[in-house]
Amino acid sequence: MSSVKDWAAPNPITENRGGLIGKGVDRYEGRLKVTGSAPYAYEVDAPSRPAIGYMATAAIAKGRIARIDTKAAEASPGVLLVWSHLNAPAQAPRGTRANPRSQRPSNPVLASDRIENFGQTVAFVVADTFENARAAANLVEIEYAAEPGVVDFVASLDQADQPPGEEDVHIGDFPAAYAAAPVSVDETYESPIQNHVQMEPCATTAWWDGDKVTVHTSIQMVKGGQHALAETLAIPSADVHLLTRYIGGGFGGKGQAYDDLILAALGARALGRPVKLAYTRQQMFHGTIHRPAVSMRVRLGAQPDGRLTAFAVEATTHCARNAIFTEHAANFSRNLYAAPNRLTGHRLVKMDLPGAGPMRAPGEAPGMLSLECAMDELAEKLGLDPIELRIRNEPEVDPETGKPFSVRQLVRCMREGAAHFGWERRKAQPRQVRDGRWLVGMGMAAAIRGNFLLPAKAGVRIDADGIITLRQGMTDIGTGTYTILAQIAAETMGVPMEQVKVEMGDSDFPPAPGSGGQFGAATAGSAAYDAGMNLRKALTELAVGDPNSPLYGGPAEYVTFENGNIAIENRSETLAALVARAAPEGVYVEGSISPAADARDYSQHTYGAHFAEVGVDVVTGEVRMRKMFGVFAAGRILNAKTAKSQITGGMIWGVGTALTESNVVDPRYGSFINQDMAGYLVPAHADIVDLDAVFLDEADDKANPMGIKGVGELGICGAGAAVANAIYNATGVRLRDYPMTPEKVLAGMLAVGL
Amino acid sequence: MKTTITVNGQARTLDVDSRTTLLDALREHLGLIGSKKGCDHGQCGACTVLVNGARINSCLSLLVMHDGDQVTTIEGLGTAENLHPVQQAFLENDAFQCGYCTPGQICSAVGMLQEAADGWPSQVMEDVAALVDLTEAEIRERMSGNICRCSAYPQIVAAIRSVAGDAA
Amino acid sequence: MRPFTYERAADALSAVKAVAENPGAKFLAGGTNLLDLMKLDIERPTHLVDVGRLPFAGVEEVNGGLRVGGAMVNSKLAAHPRVRELYPVLVRALVSGASGQLRNKATTAGNLLQRTRCAYFYDTTKPCNKRQPGSGCSALEGVHGSHDAIFGASKACIASHPSDMAVALTVLGASVETLTPSGASRTLAVQDLHRLPGDTPQVETDLAPGELITAVLLPPPPEGGQVYRKVRGRASYAHGIASVAVAGGRVALGAVAHKPWRAAHIEDALAAGASAVEAAEAELSKADRSDRNALKIALVGRLAAAAIEESKTRRTA
Repeated sequence: MSSVKDWAAPNPITENRGGLIGKGVDRYEGRLKVTGSAPYAYEVDAPSRPAIGYMATAAIAKGRIARIDTKAAEASPGVLLVWSHLNAPAQAPRGTRANPRSQRPSNPVLASDRIENFGQTVAFVVADTFENARAAANLVEIEYAAEPGVVDFVASLDQADQPPGEEDVHIGDFPAAYAAAPVSVDETYESPIQNHVQMEPCATTAWWDGDKVTVHTSIQMVKGGQHALAETLAIPSADVHLLTRYIGGGFGGKGQAYDDLILAALGARALGRPVKLAYTRQQMFHGTIHRPAVSMRVRLGAQPDGRLTAFAVEATTHCARNAIFTEHAANFSRNLYAAPNRLTGHRLVKMDLPGAGPMRAPGEAPGMLSLECAMDELAEKLGLDPIELRIRNEPEVDPETGKPFSVRQLVRCMREGAAHFGWERRKAQPRQVRDGRWLVGMGMAAAIRGNFLLPAKAGVRIDADGIITLRQGMTDIGTGTYTILAQIAAETMGVPMEQVKVEMGDSDFPPAPGSGGQFGAATAGSAAYDAGMNLRKALTELAVGDPNSPLYGGPAEYVTFENGNIAIENRSETLAALVARAAPEGVYVEGSISPAADARDYSQHTYGAHFAEVGVDVVTGEVRMRKMFGVFAAGRILNAKTAKSQITGGMIWGVGTALTESNVVDPRYGSFINQDMAGYLVPAHADIVDLDAVFLDEADDKANPMGIKGVGELGICGAGAAVANAIYNATGVRLRDYPMTPEKVLAGMLAVGL
Repeated sequence: MKTTITVNGQARTLDVDSRTTLLDALREHLGLIGSKKGCDHGQCGACTVLVNGARINSCLSLLVMHDGDQVTTIEGLGTAENLHPVQQAFLENDAFQCGYCTPGQICSAVGMLQEAADGWPSQVMEDVAALVDLTEAEIRERMSGNICRCSAYPQIVAAIRSVAGDAA
Repeated sequence: MRPFTYERAADALSAVKAVAENPGAKFLAGGTNLLDLMKLDIERPTHLVDVGRLPFAGVEEVNGGLRVGGAMVNSKLAAHPRVRELYPVLVRALVSGASGQLRNKATTAGNLLQRTRCAYFYDTTKPCNKRQPGSGCSALEGVHGSHDAIFGASKACIASHPSDMAVALTVLGASVETLTPSGASRTLAVQDLHRLPGDTPQVETDLAPGELITAVLLPPPPEGGQVYRKVRGRASYAHGIASVAVAGGRVALGAVAHKPWRAAHIEDALAAGASAVEAAEAELSKADRSDRNALKIALVGRLAAAAIEESKTRRTA
């Protein structure tokens, strides 16, 4: 295993002689996307015209199907097959793994008469056209035997248990320190169920060739999808060729395979022709995972000078009864502020709602909505500026583990952000600024998000025309992976971008873990870098060992790769010339990355600071953004454009979190009442005003050989809290229940006499 | 029933189920996959195309309603080798991420710029009888029918501004 | 979506007859609401008569006011120079509804006849008297109260009418001109077009089967400033939680009832010299109070009062 010390040595990426690292190059696949010619999973060319699938879904939250009648559907025009639990093809039992190395177990569809959540797939229709399939699915008649379920989170908090295998973290003596603290805050913050609302609903196109199935599907994890399908169908994973080249957003919600993948493959097998199937927008809300609601109690005890002496963050959340998942909303707080006496932990309620799962910055995204408002509340009690309070609690080392930070620029983020934003304009006293009908206020919050590196491989080949092709079982869900991998490959090999091709999203390619947890760039990128370094070695050997090369017999350690050339001082030739002559069939090598043995000796995170200015309509309680700015430190930035888009996108998610996003459960039915994009409001263009972000210079040599870190999730962390704090500063109304809709803000305003 | 539409300058006659939306006709019958199905209910804008020059949600229109109409999709605006100015501006400004809402955003922007040039009012105007000054606030409001969950909104506004500025 | 046959109407009278004679037939114009509901199996027409291209898409000057074709799309109506000059409240209501794309498709008549956006109406797994008469109203004890009616609701239905445009038309005293299956035309005030839910919330207007709205008649604008304000969850492209239209001394409220709500008590109070706040209170004190709508009632009152004040600063058309 490698050590972080090995990563500190200069290398082609950190030296960046070609200047491609950090450059804001246009997206690699950008021309395809702006012309609409990038085929997403439902749009790929199949060997013949696909039949169209459509799912019918459960109308109750819990119980069983007492009777199902598919006769009318079967008789409907164009229908090719109708399946329910009575006649669906056999699949492996749920949760089983025929191959113990499979990353995902079996997840069968239509496996029994049991209903475990509203919106569960209960029947599947394939027809010749979409119109016929949809019409037939509506003709499936079902009678249910409903059973009472646990569907009301707030009413079920008393059923919360410790998540399996977890314990609370106690450091020092929190109860005593809290009791003795002269200044304290004890508040509970509620964050609701949220939905990813990826623009592209989940979809799959599938066809078979003998025993082998090809599936194009919209999924963030190539291997996970391949294995889930293989296990469910009880076939070897080598017989599943999974492709996912363009993905219309993921945000964690496409980290797993859903029924579209299984049913399209089964349907195509049964019919002997390609089948494609997409979720409807409405089906996405119940049929795929959501971010669970979290109830977070924060207790802070401080000395009059602001130093925290007692610190507790306790989060209660929920998941589906048969799909355990914990939203670790307290974890971030273990690394953020110094305090000698600490308590952090989680509780979990098992419910009969659809599955809870990861959504952009799981843990931090809801978690920071609590502490970063509690810090604002504490700052006010202490008469301190919220930034100053945070600076006074800036830890020297990780406050929980005592480990050194790999690099930590949180204070610089806050200071530079404050200066750029004009934080000095903020009045410490709330409700001091009025602009016409608007009460105006400012708020800030810190941001922290962990940094991760997972094992990954990459393959790279160079052909006789000099074109370098990187291949990886990686995905680009809009994050910019194609682009940054092209930059890494080009910079490593010393060639212009035009000489590099990137091919991804294919289970036949060397595996990478996919997109998630903001580990994608570092993980896939480090493997790509390693593959590039191996290609350099191979080409060096080729050149110095080839009597026809100008580099022949030269010292391998002096070989350089620049401007498309391989050279030793003034002896050089183009890579194309070398390969065409010495290896006309091309050269292919692989590379890999795994976490360093000592990487976890450091507390490794990305950081930032958010600043928000809002206006609150003094009549209606409507909150409108006026300005938002963030400063972030996230290692070396690979692409100024795509990284900034990731970060500002995350900030805008924070705006949605603060103001609009919530899936409301009707406890009578155990279903979300808002299940479309008119009912679940994500930010629209008009909501986002004067929003910008910058990155600090940084390189984290404990992170990976390139010193890069992730940026996909950092932007949302804390962003909603900055907005909430701004609402308070504008109105004097402290809301602790997200999202802060006009009704809630108005209720608060009425309570304070506004 | 038979319907003839002119798509990107080419007359196309289709004989399909009357339930077929314009969006599905484009995607499933004409192979024009650029127009996207994000919600199928007029709540996201990913399906936006231009019909007789006006931007509409093609998911909430039946093909049979468009007999004789001129339809322009993203494929009709420009090609990878010869981008439309709005496409070029989106590329340069990184005005998209996953790309799924992008064709709709671009078609919408093209339609919106014409509406603004024609002096159509918006709700952010102080006086709805006044002339249109295509400020950032105006662009944001007029583009609000196109949701971008990746939230490339600032870059989209910058891209459109750069084109509007060129045109002015 | 169930199968249906489709015809493009050759003229208005044959369209009206085609729909009147066929109980499964419906008019189709923009389609933005009808197709939305057909996809969800909420609307199930067996025959569609497309009236979108009938020659009812213009604006004419009539007696100091305007006559607007029923098939005119919302965006063109909002952009019409005379409409912008005379009826800023209508323009503002139009452009605060939906999106640019939807306004390019939705017609004047269709906008008036759009159905409620009540979440329980849209969720076919839930009881709804409007969708399935006699099944019950799940919104009554539901969780999502912000769009609920606070005036004129019944035990059978608390849905509100979602149109912005209709609120402005109501405040302007507009009427609709229709063509009936007999070939006669009649005129109906917009404020009398929609019904309160009573025991039959599935019957939403006083139009006869097959009766087609061919035009909206706008009387000359009233003296005084015009204002339209809408409260919603995000800055644009969202249905209203509440809205208010003011034109001179007239006031109408939106998203508060099964129909656009002419606030007669406000108008009477204003005429009697009450302040804006007092006038709003005169109306809201008559609202159907429940344990969960106090906030909406407060919101509507504040909004109405603010809009009335604002109207005093606005130009007279």
